[in-house]
Amino acid sequence: MKFPAYMFAFLVFPGFVFSAVAGLMAGWVDRKVTARLQWRVGPPWYQNFFDILKLLLYKETLIPRGVPKAVFLGMPALGLAAATLVSTIVLITSGMPKIGFIGDVIVVVYLMLIPPITLMLGGFASANSLASLGASREMKLMLSYELPFILALAVPIMKCGYVIRLGDIIAYQRLHGDIFASLSGGISFFVMLLCIQAKLGFVPFDMPEAETELMGGPYIEYSGKALAIFKLTKAVMTVAIPAFMIALYLGGIKLTLDGIVKAVIKYILILTAMIIIKNTNPRVRIDQAVKFFWGIVMVLAAVSLVLAFMGR
Amino acid sequence: MSSNRSTIPIGPYHPLQEEPEFWKLIVEGEKVVDVDVRIGYNHRGIEKLSEAKSFDQSIFIVERICGICSSSHPIACVQAVEDICNIEVPERALYIRTITQELERIHSHMLWLGLAGHFIGYNTVFMWSWKYREPICEIMETVTGNRQNYAMHKVGGVRRDIEKEHIPYILTKLDEFLKQLDMLKGAVLDDPVIHARLKGVGVLSREAAINYSAVGPVARASDFDIDVRRDHPYGVYSRLKWNVITQKEGDVFAKAVVRILEMFESASIIRQCLDKMPDGPIDSRPKDIEPGEGIGVIEAPRGECFHYIKCDGTNSPVRHKVRAPTYMNFPTFRETVIGGSVSDATIIMAAIDPCYCCTERMMIVDGDNKELLKAGDLIRLSQEKTRRIKERFGVI
Repeated sequence: MKFPAYMFAFLVFPGFVFSAVAGLMAGWVDRKVTARLQWRVGPPWYQNFFDILKLLLYKETLIPRGVPKAVFLGMPALGLAAATLVSTIVLITSGMPKIGFIGDVIVVVYLMLIPPITLMLGGFASANSLASLGASREMKLMLSYELPFILALAVPIMKCGYVIRLGDIIAYQRLHGDIFASLSGGISFFVMLLCIQAKLGFVPFDMPEAETELMGGPYIEYSGKALAIFKLTKAVMTVAIPAFMIALYLGGIKLTLDGIVKAVIKYILILTAMIIIKNTNPRVRIDQAVKFFWGIVMVLAAVSLVLAFMGR
Repeated sequence: MSSNRSTIPIGPYHPLQEEPEFWKLIVEGEKVVDVDVRIGYNHRGIEKLSEAKSFDQSIFIVERICGICSSSHPIACVQAVEDICNIEVPERALYIRTITQELERIHSHMLWLGLAGHFIGYNTVFMWSWKYREPICEIMETVTGNRQNYAMHKVGGVRRDIEKEHIPYILTKLDEFLKQLDMLKGAVLDDPVIHARLKGVGVLSREAAINYSAVGPVARASDFDIDVRRDHPYGVYSRLKWNVITQKEGDVFAKAVVRILEMFESASIIRQCLDKMPDGPIDSRPKDIEPGEGIGVIEAPRGECFHYIKCDGTNSPVRHKVRAPTYMNFPTFRETVIGGSVSDATIIMAAIDPCYCCTERMMIVDGDNKELLKAGDLIRLSQEKTRRIKERFGVI
């Protein structure tokens, strides 16, 4: 691909514009399903767009006195750039497995870590005790879910014959069937679902922002455009992470009408599973989350890894 | 204060509570090492207002002390007035008072259950229990004419009778509610994540409950078996069969269990009342209130609610004192919150079902808190302000 093509892929399709719009729509699905589960009506489909536009165009961006401006304002932008790169790589490779480079799985995993780190640094930079408490929770949460996440990720890599190219994993699945269908694949899919619940900050793992305790945690001092960019980052990640899971376990996206519809259905199923987990659980404490991820989830991940090694 | 301590302010305006309050948590990391409660953001001078009203009017004032306890405060108030000169209350009125009191208890506990769910991030429980409260509000509307601020009670009786043809409707709605409550009880009390989150959290021992003079469900959850309805019976409670619910553990979960099981008892009390209610007048129409003092004590949803009224023979009180249950339960925070984590602090604080508008008609003065103003200072400030305003407009 040429440079303009790269820029188009990154900024428009399937990068920033597409992912953000799809992510905001996914956010609407979340809000609507949640509302229906809770005897409410829920917002119209364009609510999230209005929210973002309001923040971007009309709201003032306040910067607290005495904070390092470059860090405070730079972090949201860095997070959005990383999230967009993740969604661009994942979506392009899922559709066209031949594009891509060796080790892109590892690059994606690293890039996925950047949005939570930027949120954390932004929280610490905002010179607010609630924000830094939220940021320290974010850090603990990240440490707890990252290890089972990587163990779960090792299962598809192992089953596809130790490849670390996303395209190869998808190509293998087109030939031999989805990894999700195997026993080890199923278990590690479940482990990864729990990890991305935490990665996306959904209840029961939303303790960094804990509305009723920390009033939004790291987000507390952000307003206007900076807050909008954080929200867009979250929207983009809501598309990118489940898409990564589809690529790893459910065979990516076939570029036919049939294949795209199937991929969208798979995406909505993953999203619905997350929304149901979100709405049937209270928020856990941070120590309980760490115990949960390092205890039972880690055991599950290890079991799936052993099963994958045995070829199940 | 050592350097690794920081302050987590919960309030005065915080998404946790719909009312202004200020809980100052001193924390080391996530661990709470000290707590200070400051209230007084909601002072409305109700006691003073009541002294300027007649006994018929002051009922409406005390009804507005709290939006949720708008049956408890009026009942306590009219009982205090009736206590001054031993006014006879017709039997049927007593039954109707008991019914409204128990409906209010169910309503209040449902609200608490929802809020408790919200505080631990379980918004589904929040929305569901507020939805399931609706049949109770509808019964309230049938019985009193209003969903809130019932305007039901008066000295010597009640204002509105329960119609015979309404009773089947009330019973069906109550059945509908109980079915939903049963489901919600299962969903809340059998959820392993809720167990992990609430069990063993914020334990208030029996001794501490007695020492801090905790009242209501907070005391009963700590195995401190007190209930005004049984210990100092009013209304018709002594003639009905019901149980005082207690739990041994004293943690937040026990408080939830007590409240949920109390709702079933309340429903059974309402049924018995509707069953046994005799015919007859609902109002004894007392004429004059003699000089004297009277107290009214009732079991509000949050615990003992106390009203004292002194009368000099006119038709308004010369002193009206209210002690709401939350006022007694606030100090237990020192026992329950300190030593826990910040995540638990909010739900522990919410577990006493704090009601600020009930509590705040005065300032709490903490021993070594010099910033707070005492009653005399407030009066002085108020007088100074009045003088300033008068000077500005040239009245003086």
